[in-house]
Amino acid sequence: MSVILILIIIGVLVAGGFLAGFIWAVKSGQYDDTHSPAVRMLFDDVKPEKKKMTN
Amino acid sequence: MGLKCVHCGEDCGKYPVMYDGKPFCCHGCKTVYQILNQQDLKQYYEIQPMSGIKVEQEDVGDKYAYLDLDEIKEKLLTFSDGGISKVDLFIPVIHCASCIWLLEHLDTLNPGIIYSNVNFPRKLVSITFKDTEISLRQLVELLASIHYIPEITLDKLDQNETKKSDRDLLIKIGVAGFSLLNVMLYNFPEYLPGGELLGESFTQMFGWLSFVLSLPVVFYSANDYYLSAFKGLKHKIVNIDVPITLGIFTLFIQSTYDILTGRGIGYFDSLVGLVFLLLIGKWYQGKTYRALSFERDYKSYFPVAVTKIINGSEEHIPLSRVVKGDHILIRNRELIPVDSKILKGKANIDYSFVTGESLPVPKEKGEMIFAGGRQIGGTIELEVLKDVEQSYLTQLWNQNDNREETSSHLNMIVNRVSEYFTVTILLIALSAAVYWFFKNPSLATFAFTSVLIIACPCALALTVPFTFGSTMRLFGRKGFYIKNTGVIEKLHSVDTVVFDKTGTLTLSRSMHVEFVGDKLNEDELVMIKSLVSNSSHPLSTTIKDHITVEDKKEIEDFQEIPAMGISGKIDGVKINIGSKKFVMGKEDTTPDSTNVYVFIGEHVKGYFSIHNEYRPGIREVIESMKDKYKLYLLSGDNESERDTLRPLFGDDTALLFHQSPTDKMNFIEKLKADGKKVLMIGDGLNDAGALMKSDVGLTIADDIYSFSPACDGILESTRFGKLFRFIRFTNISMNIVKVSFLISFLYNVIGISFAVQGTLSPLIAAVLMPISSISVVAFATLAVNLSGRRFL
Repeated sequence: MSVILILIIIGVLVAGGFLAGFIWAVKSGQYDDTHSPAVRMLFDDVKPEKKKMTN
Repeated sequence: MGLKCVHCGEDCGKYPVMYDGKPFCCHGCKTVYQILNQQDLKQYYEIQPMSGIKVEQEDVGDKYAYLDLDEIKEKLLTFSDGGISKVDLFIPVIHCASCIWLLEHLDTLNPGIIYSNVNFPRKLVSITFKDTEISLRQLVELLASIHYIPEITLDKLDQNETKKSDRDLLIKIGVAGFSLLNVMLYNFPEYLPGGELLGESFTQMFGWLSFVLSLPVVFYSANDYYLSAFKGLKHKIVNIDVPITLGIFTLFIQSTYDILTGRGIGYFDSLVGLVFLLLIGKWYQGKTYRALSFERDYKSYFPVAVTKIINGSEEHIPLSRVVKGDHILIRNRELIPVDSKILKGKANIDYSFVTGESLPVPKEKGEMIFAGGRQIGGTIELEVLKDVEQSYLTQLWNQNDNREETSSHLNMIVNRVSEYFTVTILLIALSAAVYWFFKNPSLATFAFTSVLIIACPCALALTVPFTFGSTMRLFGRKGFYIKNTGVIEKLHSVDTVVFDKTGTLTLSRSMHVEFVGDKLNEDELVMIKSLVSNSSHPLSTTIKDHITVEDKKEIEDFQEIPAMGISGKIDGVKINIGSKKFVMGKEDTTPDSTNVYVFIGEHVKGYFSIHNEYRPGIREVIESMKDKYKLYLLSGDNESERDTLRPLFGDDTALLFHQSPTDKMNFIEKLKADGKKVLMIGDGLNDAGALMKSDVGLTIADDIYSFSPACDGILESTRFGKLFRFIRFTNISMNIVKVSFLISFLYNVIGISFAVQGTLSPLIAAVLMPISSISVVAFATLAVNLSGRRFL
């Protein structure tokens, strides 16, 4: 029966890890804007070549 | 159809501006293309073609000079140290992937910009830049040059606060979800045959684990409900949070007691599940249109800084430092921020903001002008007569700062129901307890708490957030944005509708022009167009846009007499255009009309009759609303449109003209005093007072992100024809709420019948409570969306 005990401890730890991850994600602002990251990842990485500033 | 502008997608007309082999609708759009092309930012046009922004007039000049002031910089910059500064700018026009791309590649346009990041839902761009290489002013001017004009106001609308409460709610949901899944796991064996085989020690342990996991839910996740219940009770209101709080605590205490005495493992799963669902409902309802501002006051419209004249030299000072007696400069198209007197220059004040009257009023030296007007024409010098806060318009707004929020909350359907609900439940619980006290005292407390537990109004509390939340989302998708879900209920109870005319029923910028008199030939049209092109008077511009011929001729002896007209000579032929008095020497006797007379050579040719153009769909809207509501029309304009409006509205509608902002506000107040529920539909700042006083104030906006006074809802002007459908849909929403209430009462009857008999087991609670909540939520959401498909 003690195997259940181990499972429970593992269960709480894993779930607690996810909770901590979630709280971190919220606090670091990842849920503030759920639109632009989805668009941003589709942009080409290559930055347009910088030309010297004229005018 | 002509060519479409490569930059903004608008029709280029007959003569597109060509550049790089591509057509543009105007030079402004071409310039932006040029800038982006030079810097190899052409990808902007590939991500989302023709997504650029067209800007009507460009006169940056030193409009942004005030951004060089330390005082203002300090307020705007979120960080500034060691040559690096950070600023968050609100740019309402951000609308697509191309915008995000371009604004995040600002560093290519200017090496002084280190990093920029867009927050799309808030329409914010945060920019980190080296202030040694580019100043805040240059940065804003750079953005303006590519037509992303930031809206700068000094009073930040507590944005950080909403951000924090959004995050808090998410964390609360996260914590509740975490506890719920674990607690459900521990309680599961109880509900299965053979669960008792686990043994006493495990039941004990699971009980305690559930207890520990429910602590953060009870004391952190759900604390908003206690606060709200407490606040309600303090005002002697039994709101829906009172029975919720009662339920949560009864569940918690009963369950803790069960564990302590070893009787079982309690109702923790129901408790945590309840809080989790309630929070989800709150989150669902809480979706707001953050980028839209429903709370603007005069500060959002008035300039941030003005040009003050000190000993003959110009200096930019923040508006807040302007005091009585100061001399200030107002340039073309600038807003007059404070009541003042003209010292120098010819003023031509467009009061459409304030009065709704679309024609500018000429003012001479020494005359007084009011805040809120916009100067059109040359630069004028003014002497400030009052402090900004004491100006006519600002006083009007300040008067009704405190909107009657509290009293309206009283009427909310859910709170009315919850009052009866709480009392009934307490009565049932008490009578059950009394009954069992005489019959079987050991069951008395259990029956009492059981009733409170099972009757916890979870389904009731979820009905409104989900029904109204779905309605609000649906409205938003269809171009009607409302401030909060309470507006739906208020719209439902409306019985009187007041329309503003200018800008609401009419298109504020578009006029209907008709020439009455001899038919004009091509030559004459060219002459008229050439002459009016020289004047910046709005009527001239209107006539210019109306004439489609393209030729242009040189003008000699051009003269413009304010309030009268313009004259000149073309190829030796004299031409006069202007008021009847100016052209014919006779006073205009037709009351309140807008006619522009034309004199060419020797004869008066006739006149241009200029009318407001009505919004498409107006007939449909008025027709459908006429029978169901008492309609009124208020207009700040003159009476020239009365004959056009009368057949539209029918004889029962009062049409009132020459209404000042105060008149409008008082009119609404009077209607409300008569017990009417008033819906006001307006647009300009002149309606701000009336919009605030009414039960529901709606604004019609061409561009939903700019220029809307404080209101309860913003309707995209293209959806104006659907106005009545939206209002009618609120009735459907209310019916859905009522049916949901019925469903939740049915569940309560079942639950309570177990509870009063003293036979409510945790198993029944654990099954009944989630099922009732989930079925109500599902019903509300589905019903709203299905009816939306049919009726919107």
